[in-house]
Amino acid sequence: MPVSYYPGCSLEGTAREYGESTLDIARVLGIELKELSDWSCCGASSGHITDDSLALALAARNLGIADTVGLDLVVPCAACYSRLKTAEKRLRSGRAIVGIPDTYQGNYRIMHLSQFLWEDIGEETIRQHVKHPLDGLSPVCYYGCLITRPPDVTGAVDPDNPESIDNIMTALGADVRRWSYKTDCCGASHMLTLPQVAIPMIQKLLDMAEEAGADSIVVGCPMCYTSLDSMQETISQETGHEYDTPIFFITEMMGLAFGEPVDKHLGRHSVDPRPLLSQKGLL
Amino acid sequence: MTAIQTPQEVIPQLSLRRKVEELSGEKITACFQCEKCTNGCPVTFAMDIMPHQVLRLLGLGQIEEVLLSDTIWVCASCEMCATRCPNDISIAHIMDTMRQMSQREGPKASQKNVPIFHAAFLGSIRRFGRVHEAFMSVEFYLRSSGVSGLLQQAGTGLSMFNHGKIKIMPYRLLGNRQVRSIFKRTIKKG
Ligand code: SF4
Ligand code: SF4
Repeated sequence: MPVSYYPGCSLEGTAREYGESTLDIARVLGIELKELSDWSCCGASSGHITDDSLALALAARNLGIADTVGLDLVVPCAACYSRLKTAEKRLRSGRAIVGIPDTYQGNYRIMHLSQFLWEDIGEETIRQHVKHPLDGLSPVCYYGCLITRPPDVTGAVDPDNPESIDNIMTALGADVRRWSYKTDCCGASHMLTLPQVAIPMIQKLLDMAEEAGADSIVVGCPMCYTSLDSMQETISQETGHEYDTPIFFITEMMGLAFGEPVDKHLGRHSVDPRPLLSQKGLL
Repeated sequence: MTAIQTPQEVIPQLSLRRKVEELSGEKITACFQCEKCTNGCPVTFAMDIMPHQVLRLLGLGQIEEVLLSDTIWVCASCEMCATRCPNDISIAHIMDTMRQMSQREGPKASQKNVPIFHAAFLGSIRRFGRVHEAFMSVEFYLRSSGVSGLLQQAGTGLSMFNHGKIKIMPYRLLGNRQVRSIFKRTIKKG
């Protein structure tokens, strides 16, 4: 199945393992990811904090490219997804964006990767490819803010309780834990600028995952991943409590269950998840 | 949460309220102070004015107080307030509008690191068309805390490099001129 694909900047850098594991599982599932040619940055938070029309135009340049291809557009990063959906909403309402011609059609859907995998690829296909069920693994699934909010942009039916990542993990054989923090903010936008604000937000999520009896957290966003994974050593030093919860991308978990080599991805994490997986007999 | 402590005699500056309404496209007068935005906000612990108080101040046209606050800079743009508001006000977008005003017209941000970071981020987009995280971070640390600040972060940078997370060469966008023209045609000047 061919789809357009917008990887976004961090999948080439800090979340390289997300980009690479996405390509792995797409190959297994027979999804042809056609990367938008010469895509540019969506503008992220920096765009909308600085100027509305700049933010819209930076995101929309990519929609213009996707429009010429005409295939559904799959986006792995929650922040990129949100910016592209915001620009789409504006165009749908008939208002102009700098750089987008009147001939823009918009006859394609923009989907977050997790939504695409669950709704379009589907449970049956995912289950068919599982070679090594993730027995014994007890994660909580974390979506963050922008996959579902605001619902008038994302179209989310239940913005406080998305299920796609939970459903995929269950299909892979994991014992998914319930918790109430699926869409609480992790403070990723403040990681470099105001760490004193980001740290309590990250710490709360790690604490609540532990309270839910989870041994790991599965995410579908490179920003959430970086904030949850990379700050644990700092938080341990500051609090004296040892934080070492492995954070996984949903695509790494699918790769693991599909029997793909995932060691090169896992070796890039700040909190090494390999001891946990070995202990569960999954590596 | 208690009701906002405004001085007894405030003369509403209605033209300033209208200015924010026009820039944001949000209807500030629709707010009936239910505080749902504040109750859902995950960053109130770091705020000096609560989100519903921002709406109250803006309703009275007291924009200076909002522009000088920490609140507009510590807001994490999580969209919880916009999702919960019973009157369809996007408080998150009003936060954007106030940050934009501050950057265009002043006064200077109370949390200076935030606009410095976003300027470095946008600088990277303008230059390369995509964000090169390593270049962008170096620029941010240099501009926010000088050479010593940058050196303090050298360890993190090295560990990222060892984890294979730093792309050596930035991608050169073919459509770079399009991106530059977007910057020229959009950003409102102060
Ligand atoms: S949720 Fe909406 S109506 Fe209620 S206080 Fe906040 S802005 Fe006002
Ligand atoms: S967008 Fe900002 S003000 Fe609104 S709930 Fe999130 S952090 Fe609070």
